Amino acid sequence: MSDQTVDTAVNLGLEAAVEPVPGGAVLQRRPWLGILRNALRLGRTKIGVAIVALIIVIAVFGPLAAPHSPTEFVAVPNSGPSGDAIFGADALGRDVFSRFLHGGLSVLWMAAAATLIGVGVGVGVGLVAAYSRNWLDDVLMRTSDVVLAFPQIILALLAVSAIGPKLWLIVLVVGVSHMPRVARVMRGAAQEVVERDFVKAAEAVGEKRSRIVFGELLPNVTSPLLVELGLRMTYSIGLVAAVSFLGFGLQPPAADWGLMIYENRLSITVQTWSVLLPVLAIGLLTVGTNLITDGIARAAIGIDRTSAR
Amino acid sequence: MSATAVEVHDLRIELVGRDVDVVDEISLEIRPGEVLGLVGESGSGKTTVGMALLGHVRRGGRVGGGAVMIDGNDLAHLDNAGLRKLRGGTVAYIPQDPGTSLNPALRLRVQLREMLDAHAGTTTEAERDARLRQSLEEVALPSDDTFLARYPHQLSGGQQQRVAIAMAFACRPNVIVCDEPTTGLDVTTQARVLQTVRGLCQSHQVAALYVSHDLAVVAELADRVAVMYAGRIVEAGTRDQLFGAARHPYTRRLLRAVPDLEGKRAVVGIPGFAPLPGRRPEWCFFEPRCPLATDVCRSAFPPAFEFEPGHRARCYHADQAPREVPVEGATAVSVAHEPELALAIRGLDAHYGSRATLFGIDLDVHRHECLALVGESGSGKTTLARCVAGLHKDYTGAVMLRDEVLPPAARSRSDAARQQIQYVFQNPYASLNPRRTVGQTIARQLELFFPGRRDMGERVGECLERVALSASAAAAYPDELSGGERQRVAIARALAAEPAVMVCDEITSALDVSVQAAIIDLLRELRTSMGLSLLFITHNLALIRTIADRVAVMTEGRIVELGPTAQVLEHPSAPYTQQLLANTPSIAAVG
Repeated sequence: MSDQTVDTAVNLGLEAAVEPVPGGAVLQRRPWLGILRNALRLGRTKIGVAIVALIIVIAVFGPLAAPHSPTEFVAVPNSGPSGDAIFGADALGRDVFSRFLHGGLSVLWMAAAATLIGVGVGVGVGLVAAYSRNWLDDVLMRTSDVVLAFPQIILALLAVSAIGPKLWLIVLVVGVSHMPRVARVMRGAAQEVVERDFVKAAEAVGEKRSRIVFGELLPNVTSPLLVELGLRMTYSIGLVAAVSFLGFGLQPPAADWGLMIYENRLSITVQTWSVLLPVLAIGLLTVGTNLITDGIARAAIGIDRTSAR
Repeated sequence: MSATAVEVHDLRIELVGRDVDVVDEISLEIRPGEVLGLVGESGSGKTTVGMALLGHVRRGGRVGGGAVMIDGNDLAHLDNAGLRKLRGGTVAYIPQDPGTSLNPALRLRVQLREMLDAHAGTTTEAERDARLRQSLEEVALPSDDTFLARYPHQLSGGQQQRVAIAMAFACRPNVIVCDEPTTGLDVTTQARVLQTVRGLCQSHQVAALYVSHDLAVVAELADRVAVMYAGRIVEAGTRDQLFGAARHPYTRRLLRAVPDLEGKRAVVGIPGFAPLPGRRPEWCFFEPRCPLATDVCRSAFPPAFEFEPGHRARCYHADQAPREVPVEGATAVSVAHEPELALAIRGLDAHYGSRATLFGIDLDVHRHECLALVGESGSGKTTLARCVAGLHKDYTGAVMLRDEVLPPAARSRSDAARQQIQYVFQNPYASLNPRRTVGQTIARQLELFFPGRRDMGERVGECLERVALSASAAAAYPDELSGGERQRVAIARALAAEPAVMVCDEITSALDVSVQAAIIDLLRELRTSMGLSLLFITHNLALIRTIADRVAVMTEGRIVELGPTAQVLEHPSAPYTQQLLANTPSIAAVG
């Protein structure tokens, strides 16, 4: 592929008008792939990917490896590490390690789903607003501002206390609370693209609006999109865990990292592990996603500077 | 004062970390009061040389050899403080785009004072103020307090450029470097700016290096001319020697590519591309494109041969070049047709918000005809083109395709109408989606207008071949193509719709002259082979001679003259056209 790229380049004499860029500009077939590839060369991204992969493995395969059922009483409440329960027992006498291994999946899938909803809707709203440049832009962005006025956690708690602690509701509300933030960023990125002539060229030949937005604009804003995905994932993890911690997520006796912290917080001085394990996991996960996002953002700057004019 | 103000010996500027030269073997000298024109196409290294006179090398490059002497001082021996003193004081610089080089947040007085404060030494407040006003008067700008209190955005482009010139001359430099200072300006403004520069250079005995891609401008202004190609000076001589009896094949081809007001000959492009640093052959860089190339050309880079005192060219065949550079100029097409209406504009008034920009435009474009629409910036020509294409819907009056009145917005027009009128944009760097391959871009156009047809790959190939690109270009992304190639792709996209009328909005103004000539050639050919009508919009009067059948001259939103090309160019009736013609620089004026 890359050989062929260079080949075409030479045949076409592409070097005609451009001044040479020291080090050579990388030709990017698919910009977002190139960004991801460049991001992976950065140390911070590698660390981030390693952390996130570790947590995902724990969350997905943990239940298979757990020595006990998460609801089984195995020892004296708040007892320390022993041969049967290597991280001891929680406030009700259940195995901390088993509950930890069982408790990750819910945080992960809820955060991922909320991120996808938030970024998906946000991208649509942002691009449509940027392209419309009329009353629709105002309506969309002012509506977003209203959502933006509420802190995300308050919005989530409001919905959950009104309708009940349903998991889909948490996912939906967290997603919706991401929407205006994503929309703002995407609108800003797309506004500059909208003014370029190729958009006018598409209008002149009568392309449908939806095609202009998703066919012409979207491919030109992939780097902020990638960064938003990572960033919103980080926030989603925190929010979902927080909602669980406040008791509105998974209900006892289910195992969940946020819930574990809540259940064992009073006995933290006696049995540290039952709080420390889920805290560490959530903390590492957010740090990991954040490192990846940071790597992507840095790689995107480099790539956007050399190509994509 | 020494005999020469600027002396450059064998200057080499290379890329850091790679043994690749950007420019090499550059030698030139400029005497006080003399203007040296440095001509070359994009990427030839002319700006790099210009910057070297200021002791500046772009990031990623460094001086690899040779010397730049200003007033006998080698710039290599100056430290940063010395260079700062030099720049603006001894060597001044006039940038290409005054709109970005003036600080938009500073009033003119502050802006001009900065320069004087930095370089004028121990003068009194009153002296500086007087000098400041004087420098404005020198460039024929008002010097009263109200003018000095203005911000750059309150000036026109020409005024901004003259402020930049005033700043450059304010500290009485010995050397001045002009980097295409008139590129963004209208011909009328350009003529005034050129006059100012020439006058000041003479009256203050300043040595000027005038960097430009525009041969006609250089022909008007320079005493001596050096032509650069791929990082080397290939020919140098006095203005008359160079424009009257150019020796190097590249110079000769370049001159043939320049459209000219007087000549009726067709412009001819130069096939091929200038090689990039690192990809240059070990022999003559022009050899791959040269019609005179023989084995000796492939032996080594030719040394400079001197013909007359001061006239040198680096070509083994320079002595035969004058006799034979075989270029067959296509003769102008003038197919006689019964005038049949393709596009009509009737009583068109256009507005931007509450501001009216076009007033009662009536215009016909016949079938197979090329109608040129000429005007300076702000004349409304692009607005008119956009009205025709349905991109500017804020107008009253009628745009008619044959006898069908079209709705203003492209979106509300019929598919047939959108297909029949195709628009090619000025800037090929912006009009192609950078995230789509050339093939995808053209295929989309085909899909839109001829849905359901098969063999897409083949048809995309045909479209590309029609504009003299190889079918393999379909796999390329726009940023892998040169400006000329991109514009060809944009034309191929328009032609893919098989239109009746093609609206070309300044489609060559972002391109080099040799590329421009090739594009013009292509358009002329397509017109005959596809039976196309063209609405060709340009600010370049010289260009229309070779392509247009009729010309409409626009100013301030009105058409002031309309007639056959030859008549308008030779016997203009409107005063505005006469003035425009008088201000257009021309190489034919030489010798």
